[in-house]
Amino acid sequence: MNDLMTVVDWSRWQFALTAIFHWLFVPLTLGLSVIVAVMESIYLKTKSEEWLSITKFWMKLFAINFAIGVASGIILEFEFGTNWSNYSWFVGDIFGAPLAIEGLFAFFLESTFGAVMFFGWKKVSPRFHLTATWLTAIGASISALWILVANAWMQYPAGMEFDPAQMRNVMVNFWDLFSGIAINKFFHAVFSGWALAGVFVIGVSSWFLMKGRRVDFAIRSIKTGGWIGFIGLMMTLMTGDGSAVEVAKYQPMKLAAMEGLYNGENGTPIVGFGILNPKKEYDNNEDPYLFEISIPKGLSFLARRDFNAFVPGISDIVEGVDATADGEKINTVSYAERIERGKAAQEALRRYDVALKANNTVEQESALKDLKADYPFFGYGYFEDVKEAIPPVGMTFYSFHIMIILGGYFVLFFILALFMAYKKREVLTKSRLAQWIAILSIPLVWICSEAGWIVAEVGRQPWTVQDLLPTKAAISNIASTSVMITFWLFVVIFTILLIAEISIMLNQIKKGSLNK
Amino acid sequence: MESTERISTPDTSSRPPLSPLKSFTEVCRKVWLFYYEGFRDMTVGKTLWAIMLIKLFIMFAVLKCFFFPNLLKENFDNDKDRASHVRQELTTRGK
Repeated sequence: MNDLMTVVDWSRWQFALTAIFHWLFVPLTLGLSVIVAVMESIYLKTKSEEWLSITKFWMKLFAINFAIGVASGIILEFEFGTNWSNYSWFVGDIFGAPLAIEGLFAFFLESTFGAVMFFGWKKVSPRFHLTATWLTAIGASISALWILVANAWMQYPAGMEFDPAQMRNVMVNFWDLFSGIAINKFFHAVFSGWALAGVFVIGVSSWFLMKGRRVDFAIRSIKTGGWIGFIGLMMTLMTGDGSAVEVAKYQPMKLAAMEGLYNGENGTPIVGFGILNPKKEYDNNEDPYLFEISIPKGLSFLARRDFNAFVPGISDIVEGVDATADGEKINTVSYAERIERGKAAQEALRRYDVALKANNTVEQESALKDLKADYPFFGYGYFEDVKEAIPPVGMTFYSFHIMIILGGYFVLFFILALFMAYKKREVLTKSRLAQWIAILSIPLVWICSEAGWIVAEVGRQPWTVQDLLPTKAAISNIASTSVMITFWLFVVIFTILLIAEISIMLNQIKKGSLNK
Repeated sequence: MESTERISTPDTSSRPPLSPLKSFTEVCRKVWLFYYEGFRDMTVGKTLWAIMLIKLFIMFAVLKCFFFPNLLKENFDNDKDRASHVRQELTTRGK
């Protein structure tokens, strides 16, 4: 058992490291491609050589980010096949098909039109070139759609039936994959990329201003990046709100962990800022917070659009108390009962296995009937204690609040950046404080973006597929040493790649500021 | 990154139309030249391509081959055996 948990923990850390590294590049690709497309559109309209220069500079930075980040996500697929083989088999075509489509889109759309974008300046007409730039941007977003649909299915498995003969989930309704969770997740991820890229453009442009180089170039870039970033951030806030409603419906335990909420009430407040009490467990009477500043009834409104709605806490959910879509308190299945029924489902699957090998069709049918009755709780059967089904509250809570607080900061950031770019240009060009704030906002926006993914993925623990497959069942039967070795290999490889990207990027930024 | 020279194409307006095969060949030639000249004229792009190719080599020739076998594909010949293995795994992990 100890080695199983060691393999699980190392495999989770490895997957987390790979995913976090991959996500360093993706949002900048998503957002900067759109910013570059807008800049080129302005160039085509104005025929201004300055806008052509601006477009080509940011396109170069896009290319650097794209090239270093390309295929970094494929390592995640390697890990599915080696570390998570039970999971990769169990999810069947549900996961495989969207990933395959993502690969096709990335290869055909982005690569084809990306080549025209980079090579075709003097070879194709300006209109065709602009079309290629926009199609590259659109292709990047469509690629993201499929992987996010697959991830959303992990959070809310729908549109499938489990076939115990194949031991796979078989898709029965393709369109069920496009759940409210999937749609909100897709737009939230893409628009957050716009916001991230906007901050990046403003930060780099502010460095130009700090050096007193290409002032008009920098101000125009700030305006374009600022508008795209601001629109992206507003849409991110809207879809984040939508995501919270979906999480309240389908993953109430995740929402409770995000807020450090143990005991719900009608008119539950939302924590604006708080420090959790590390001694708090779901079954003791400790105060959940050492310190907190809350907005009254805020979580009820966020989750159910009703200031007086009931929002269940961790202890409520464990004891079998939840809320309807209208925010009414209801009794549901307690975690203790879920564990019992999950074990019954697994016992039925064992009976099915024996009957299948003995070619006993009568017993197979009987086992299948029992399995179907308790299948919704199948994953709970792997637990001995209800605590195993509670996600890490601290990491989920703090990541969520870091994301929200930084998101709020960036609303102000974009408003001020745009205001100064249009009305108080001298502040941008002369104030070292303003320039440094803009530059230092670059790592902050990446922290915000990564924190969002930590909420999504740590908040769904212990599940790889919500309610059906926890991490300890999803993992392959392998030695932990092999996972440890590849983990440290990745640390080295990713560090080298990151240093390469940052070096090349900084070099090109410096050259661009000198108009080289 | 972008090409700096324009390909000068001969004036073909006075020539008889090309056969389908020759048209296809001409298109292929132009596409080939597009990519060839594009890659040839790259500046920072050459460094990026070198990094990409090294990274892809490490990923597929080293990591995939030596560290990330697809366990189910390698250890079992058919889907029935794979399903049986996963069923065994998922029904014994809970015990």
